[in-house]
Amino acid sequence: MMKSEPRVHVEVESRLENVELVQIAVESSLAQLDLSDDDAHQIGISIREAVANAIKHGNQGDVSKLVKVEMGIDDGDLLIRVHDQGVGFDVNGVPNPLEPENLLRRNGRGILLMHQFMDQIEYTFQPESGTVVEMRKELAVLRSNSAKQQEEEKQ
Amino acid sequence: MKIPARHRAGITILEPKGKITIGVGDVALREAVHEALEAGSTKILINLKDVSTIDSSGIGELVSAYTSVTNRGGALRLLHLPPKVQDILQITQLVTVFEVLDDEEEAVATFED
Repeated sequence: MMKSEPRVHVEVESRLENVELVQIAVESSLAQLDLSDDDAHQIGISIREAVANAIKHGNQGDVSKLVKVEMGIDDGDLLIRVHDQGVGFDVNGVPNPLEPENLLRRNGRGILLMHQFMDQIEYTFQPESGTVVEMRKELAVLRSNSAKQQEEEKQ
Repeated sequence: MKIPARHRAGITILEPKGKITIGVGDVALREAVHEALEAGSTKILINLKDVSTIDSSGIGELVSAYTSVTNRGGALRLLHLPPKVQDILQITQLVTVFEVLDDEEEAVATFED
C-alpha cells in the first residue's frame, strides 16, 4: 500500500475502452492538484500506456481479469501503481523503438513514452498476483505543499 | 467517430479532431486512411491542428498509414502539429520519418513535385 491514502483507486475489466474510463477518473482527480498543462498531459499519457499494456500484454485481453490503478502522493511525489493479473512479460524483451529497423513498427512505443514522462518506473512480478508497474513523478507543486505541511507540523 | 476528409488538387486532406488514442481515434484514423486508399488516393495530408492528445497507439496508426501509402507509391504528410504531438514525434524520433508542414498551400505544393 502507499504510505499516504490513494487519492484514486479504480478497477476495470480488461477491455481497451476502459483505458479512456481510467483516464477520465484520473484526470478529474489531477485537476485538483493545479498541475501545469504539460505535467497533466505527461501523467495522463503514462497512465494510459501503462493501463493499455496491462490490458493487452498483462491480462492479454481476458475480460475476467482486472486492472487496478492507484494514484496518490508519497513523499511529495505523485505515485501511480497499475496492477494486472497476468503471467508477466519481459520488459527488457521489448525491441527498442528508436533503433532504425524498428522506427516503422506499429507497436512498442508505450514504455518509451512512460520512461520519458515519469521520473522513475519499477516493474514487480509475482506469479500469484500479476505485474505491478509503479511510476513516480516529482512535481514542484506537491513538493512545495509537502514542505509547507512539514513546516506546519514542526510549529 | 468518422474523420472528416476533403479533397484538393488530387490530395485527400484528413482532419481528425480530439484524441487519437487507443480505442478512441486510432481505429477511425486507420479507417479514414484505408478509405482514401481504396478510393484510389495516394496523396494524403493529415491536418493535426485540432488533435489534443496522441498516444503510442495513435502514433502506431500514423506510422502504419505512412507505410501503407508509401508502399503504394504515394506520399503521406502531416500538417499543423500541435506542440504535444510534436513532442511525442520528437521522443519517438519519427520527426525524421514524416514530412511535417505548417502551411496548407505549401503542403499542397509539395505533392506536385
